Amino acid sequence: MILRDLYLLSPEIALAGVAIVVIILDLLVRSKRVVGVVAFVGLAVPMALAVVLWADVQSETAVFGTLAVDRFAIFFKLLVLAIVAVLILGSADYVARFQRYQGEFYALVLFSATGMMLLAATTELISIYISLELTALPLAALAAFHRDERSTEAGFKFLLLSAMSSALLLYGMVLVYGFTGSTQLQGIAGAVAQGDMPFGSYALLAGITLMAVGFGFKIAMAPFQMWVPDVYEGAPTPITAYLSVASKAAGFAVLLRVFYFALPAVSGDWSTLFAVLSALSMTVGNLVAIAQDNIKRMLAYSTIAHAGYILVGVAAFAARAPGPDGVALGPSGVLFYLAAYAATNLAAFFAIMAIANRTGSEQIDDFAGIARRAPLVAAVLAFAMLSLIGIPPTAGFMGKLYLFNAAVRGDLVWLAVVGVINSVVSAYYYLRVVRVMYVGTAPSEEAMPSSWPVRLALALSGGGILAIGLLPGPLSEISQAAVRTLLSLTLKVP
Amino acid sequence: MLTATVFLPLAGALVIALLLRRPRAIRGFAIGVMVADLALAALAFTAYDPKAGGLQLVERFNWIPSLNVQYFLGLDGLNAPLVLLTGLVGLCAALASWRIEVRVREYFAWLLVLQTAVMGVFTGLDFVLFFIFWELELVPMYFLISIWGSGRKEYSAMKFLIFTLSGSAFMLVGILVLYFSAGTFDMTVLAKSDLTNLIIPAQMVFFFFFLAFAIKLPTWPLHSWLPDAHTDAPTAGSVMLAGVLIKFGGYGLIRVSVAMFPQEARDYAWLIVSLGVISIIYGAIVTLRQSDLKRLVAFSSISHMGLVLLGIGSVGTVAAGVSPVGLNGAAMQMFTHGTITGLLFLLVGLVYEKAHTRYIPDLGGLATRMPFVASVFVLAGLASLGLPSLSGFVSEALVFLGTFFVWGWPTAISVFGIVLTAGYILWMVQRVFFGPALVRYEHIGDATLVEKLPLVVMVIAIVVVGVYPSILTDVFSAGINPIVERLRVLGP
Repeated sequence: MILRDLYLLSPEIALAGVAIVVIILDLLVRSKRVVGVVAFVGLAVPMALAVVLWADVQSETAVFGTLAVDRFAIFFKLLVLAIVAVLILGSADYVARFQRYQGEFYALVLFSATGMMLLAATTELISIYISLELTALPLAALAAFHRDERSTEAGFKFLLLSAMSSALLLYGMVLVYGFTGSTQLQGIAGAVAQGDMPFGSYALLAGITLMAVGFGFKIAMAPFQMWVPDVYEGAPTPITAYLSVASKAAGFAVLLRVFYFALPAVSGDWSTLFAVLSALSMTVGNLVAIAQDNIKRMLAYSTIAHAGYILVGVAAFAARAPGPDGVALGPSGVLFYLAAYAATNLAAFFAIMAIANRTGSEQIDDFAGIARRAPLVAAVLAFAMLSLIGIPPTAGFMGKLYLFNAAVRGDLVWLAVVGVINSVVSAYYYLRVVRVMYVGTAPSEEAMPSSWPVRLALALSGGGILAIGLLPGPLSEISQAAVRTLLSLTLKVP
Repeated sequence: MLTATVFLPLAGALVIALLLRRPRAIRGFAIGVMVADLALAALAFTAYDPKAGGLQLVERFNWIPSLNVQYFLGLDGLNAPLVLLTGLVGLCAALASWRIEVRVREYFAWLLVLQTAVMGVFTGLDFVLFFIFWELELVPMYFLISIWGSGRKEYSAMKFLIFTLSGSAFMLVGILVLYFSAGTFDMTVLAKSDLTNLIIPAQMVFFFFFLAFAIKLPTWPLHSWLPDAHTDAPTAGSVMLAGVLIKFGGYGLIRVSVAMFPQEARDYAWLIVSLGVISIIYGAIVTLRQSDLKRLVAFSSISHMGLVLLGIGSVGTVAAGVSPVGLNGAAMQMFTHGTITGLLFLLVGLVYEKAHTRYIPDLGGLATRMPFVASVFVLAGLASLGLPSLSGFVSEALVFLGTFFVWGWPTAISVFGIVLTAGYILWMVQRVFFGPALVRYEHIGDATLVEKLPLVVMVIAIVVVGVYPSILTDVFSAGINPIVERLRVLGP
């Protein structure tokens, strides 16, 4: 039993191990470059273990039923690991400029990733809470990593607001536990399906709403988005990238797990809630992004808008679509979009790092003429912007196709309309970046070379955008397989 | 073969972007690719047998199994001539770009990508594929206008993009709704399915599509992007825009709005015809008032595309009375407008390049300096106002013939548009080319050999179609007859 648990948890254990090795190594070796290389190479171990588990395990629980090891969880583990790997490559130039604490930087990123991997697997309220804290605490330290005024503000804001959202989440959990008598998601699902609760479903609804608010902070959903712009702008750029893709993915993992696994019986209540929040999030994010001049701040509002797009898939609990694949459309669209968004946003942030490393500015207007000075970087950034708008042949387009398709199937045509109109609005500010880079003239024509790890990371993420955009089949099949294990219980509920 | 026709320019663009460095080599290579693409398009056009009808040269395989999306290219009577048109216009656009000096490599790469996108829209018969090409076209066009354009180029490029995106956003929802009901993105299957019982009212879906196509066409009151984009684009960009891009609208209206929603198309034919008549008359009146040569030609497009709407409006009659003439005329009008207006933009580009102004009051007496350009301009102008034996006459006659018996008064009013066209064309030609020769234009010369080439290509197309229209009408009929058959079996 213990051995089996160890096997099932081996990716997380291996990742934590790599983080510890990085810390120790940091004390021993003088060349900090080695630390980064070890962190990167070390990731191969948990990744290999996760792949083995994907092939080997259908759906099991570990550690007294608190963690599920199913394909849904493993999908997110692989996604987080892939993000961290590319992130280490892409931020090589950035981290090399740190005077000190390079080892700690890598270690904290790895510890936070461990939390995210656990988060995707938890099936029990208390473990969810613990994993969330494990994810958030290293991130708060990382956001404050520069220790200048803005970075410190970012770290402090992140810490305070994640504490507050955790409190709200806990309160929601307490209510849900109180009315269903279980902290296990499976037990909650059973109690909700039976439906005999004190005060009817309204009291439970209060708990559900509070939990949705708690998760809403993590995934940067409006109206709980106030922390996002300041933290994104102030945090070191690799951490901003990390927050925007990995943290968001883990947040959506747990959101899907809780709502689709434990609360499908009351889907009518929360699917409307998420549909409204989704429309709000898209609209707020896109409208405010138009006015931004700092590219990190613009991408912060863009990430709020994208939380809205992804929520379309959560809201599309396809009650009308027949068969298991019908119900799976929304969540599998979410998984697909998260992977597509990860490739896109990482590409964008790597390009921004490569540019800002040379010009020292993150103002959009200072990107003028970059296309001549750094053709590869500009091309990748432009391609990422097209993907964020959702223009084919990019990953972003395919992601939206899946999500809006799920919306139409889930009888949410109005939400699909809101989504596509928002995509048009977003074209305006994303294209501004492209226009400045390609049409504007640079103050100097000096070329801006990047180191090979950065170029590799740019090529990987840019290639990922194109590959998902042209051949979405494999990724969509993987995400459907992942979602099927999540819904194994849901589908039994009448 | 269609795959080669569609993707050859893209492959050429990659070669240019990655391998070629010298501007001369890039120009030559790009023109070579366009010649090869025209040859492929012509080959596909001649390979299409209108007597057999139906779909030919089909290439299909499962592309995204989880969504039932296919890679599906094919020719029928409706798109075969448009593929040929794209080949012609693409070559002329490349030839007209001979004098591009700034960022040559990027320029020709984008032009070739654009060609791929346009070919893809016309040949793609799976809705997702069609939509992908439809949107892909925006990217190269955006760059062509905003980098190599003139005037308020960045504003115009953005306006063009936002307008088209707004329309296509609704189209995407429409496509997804159809997919939900019919379970397929296959446009040929959808055109045979009963699409009355959808998740939302079919009229709504009809208007989702109609909006996208009406913006692209463009029709009044959604036309305001066109004069800006056409005027500020570089010559090749205007030629591509007027020659093929705005044909997406008419093509989509016939392929989707009429073929898939025959009932709604008939119910709302009054709206289509009204918009058509307003576009024809309003467009012509506004054109009369233009003092910028390029803007004048741009506005004339609105008037001419109104004819396409008018022809399509001919479906609004009792089932038994539907005749293919009006739709044929609309399809023909797309082809002839593509060649004629494409030619006019080429000529305007030449005049601007030599005289360095497009302001009509500043021009005059150019015929003595550039007789070749002037002669071709007169010919294009006459074709544009519908002189018999040139191609414009054929399509206009078909549209009026087909629509008159259904919409008498609106057609009669539209015919008046021809008078206005004659007015603005002849007045413009007179002000620009005739009158006393001006001293300041003493040193400008006629078109060089390279500049004459695209003009000759277009003139041949205009004259051949004008004299022997059945080379196209037979093919168009093969595509339109099945659609008309479907309209005929509708209830009262």
